[in-house]
Amino acid sequence: MTHKAETMDPQGPPHVHHMDATTAYGAAKLGMWLFLATEILLFGGLFCAFALFRWTYLEEFHQASKHLNVWMGATNTVVLLISSYFAALAVDAAQHGNNKKIVTYLSITMLCAVGFLVIKYFEYSSKYHHGLSPLNVEFNSPEFNAAYKCFFGLYYCMTALHGLHVIFGMAILGWVISKARKNRFSERYYTPVEVGALYWHLVDLIWIYLFPLLYLVG
Amino acid sequence: MSHHEHNETDSHDNSHGNGLGHIIPKSVYALVLGALIILTVITVAIAQVDFGNWNIIVAMLVSSVKATIVALFFMHLKYEDPFTWIYAVIPIFLLIVLIAGVFIDNPFRY
Repeated sequence: MTHKAETMDPQGPPHVHHMDATTAYGAAKLGMWLFLATEILLFGGLFCAFALFRWTYLEEFHQASKHLNVWMGATNTVVLLISSYFAALAVDAAQHGNNKKIVTYLSITMLCAVGFLVIKYFEYSSKYHHGLSPLNVEFNSPEFNAAYKCFFGLYYCMTALHGLHVIFGMAILGWVISKARKNRFSERYYTPVEVGALYWHLVDLIWIYLFPLLYLVG
Repeated sequence: MSHHEHNETDSHDNSHGNGLGHIIPKSVYALVLGALIILTVITVAIAQVDFGNWNIIVAMLVSSVKATIVALFFMHLKYEDPFTWIYAVIPIFLLIVLIAGVFIDNPFRY
């Protein structure tokens, strides 16, 4: 990375700063990738648990997954894909130093995120009305099918953890938007836009696996 | 995918010269989004047919194709240095080790 900095440094000799702009940009991005690696392993533990219990209760998981609304799940998948597309366009706008477009594109991403959470809310409340949530008394009774409890337990853990990531991602993107409004970014400095978008793409990436696992194949 | 024609012409330094990251033509992002939505439709369609154990394998394969193109283009992994690639690949490797380990262990538990 340092050899790259020497040849590509846009701001001349790096003696003034602790790090020159290119090195700082590369280091921040690499740091984000390392964090994303830990995120994959965080969800990975849950994916592993899901794989094991699905293998143990194959038929019951298949039946339980039919209680989930495929169309809501599919719509949410497309909503997140579109949100990721606009996050990528925001980085492109940043690479061209266009703060106005960063605000526009990231606002669309945020709007998609809100849409995702609204659909998720309708899904959760419909599960509650069908007695399929830990908030329902019958769900917690010993007579309730153990495999169903296991499936919905994993469903809530995985989707709620993912939902928290959506909310956290929105907070990050909101902060990036507020900086872009003050024209803080240029072709030479847009690290928060890039790093924030990377985080958002991970949120999309996790859902790409969650949707077919939970809604389609059970 | 029509990104192939960009591969040869674009080297690591981009069209802007003083920019930091690699600039991908906007049309590539649109193509990627189109491909992702088509793959989502395919995933839902295939799941309606019962292939037994093959359903989950096909679903995970399609998801992995989607995840790969998100990482390569939306996340610019295609243009990153080997360090970033190591960080991207190691968690996948660890996850495979974890799942394989659990499944090897499981039959001997009861």
